[in-house]
Amino acid sequence: MSYKVNEEGNVATVHLDGEIDMDVTEKAKEVIMPLIEAKKEVHLNLKEVQYMDSSGISVLIESHQKATELGTKVILKEISKSVLKVIMMAKLEQILNLD
Amino acid sequence: MNVALKSIVEQRDFVVSSSSLKEVRSFSREVFEKVNIEQDLKDELVLAIAEAAQNIVKHAYQGEDTDDKMEIKISLEQGHLEIGFFDKGRPVDEKNVRHRKIDDIKPGGLGTFFIQQIMDAVVFKEGEKPWINHLVLTKNLNS
Repeated sequence: MSYKVNEEGNVATVHLDGEIDMDVTEKAKEVIMPLIEAKKEVHLNLKEVQYMDSSGISVLIESHQKATELGTKVILKEISKSVLKVIMMAKLEQILNLD
Repeated sequence: MNVALKSIVEQRDFVVSSSSLKEVRSFSREVFEKVNIEQDLKDELVLAIAEAAQNIVKHAYQGEDTDDKMEIKISLEQGHLEIGFFDKGRPVDEKNVRHRKIDDIKPGGLGTFFIQQIMDAVVFKEGEKPWINHLVLTKNLNS
């Protein structure tokens, strides 16, 4: 997994790239969580994520819950087909903010 | 039109580590490339296999560093797919293997749910020596 972060005002956009599994979830959290803790609105661009497993879904849930707790939000942008399928399998399409 | 699915038996060993999961997916993709089924179904099967392998790393070995190997065996015979997982970790008590309630939104506990959604049956067996655990996932690919 690789990533790129762009910040503009109070919005931080994180472009994730590659496959997100248990082996990279800590790295993903290290990128996303500090932005949420800084109360940024975080846009996760998932266009280039070709694979996500239950560990990756856990990162999305944890990020969403932390953001809600801190009064901000995480919005999932340009979700790839394979990631959307896993989100729907987990029945999270009504819970997470999908754009 | 139903196209007869060829018979396949392939197995491979992997070090029990989260860093092996990518290799597990590559192996599974290579095997399913040879099978005449929809790409979506191939992707689901790869996910189920990777989740089961992840469960071995997380639960049978509780994330410990080890040189132990796990074995994954994919067999397809007359459209009946059987995927075997063999490991030498802690004995898995089937009673303790359950996914979280799906409407209880929290991180974790989804891997087993995914496996159950994708596969027809999930059976835990006692492994024959030298193995401790033997998990069998099955799915009928004819339907």
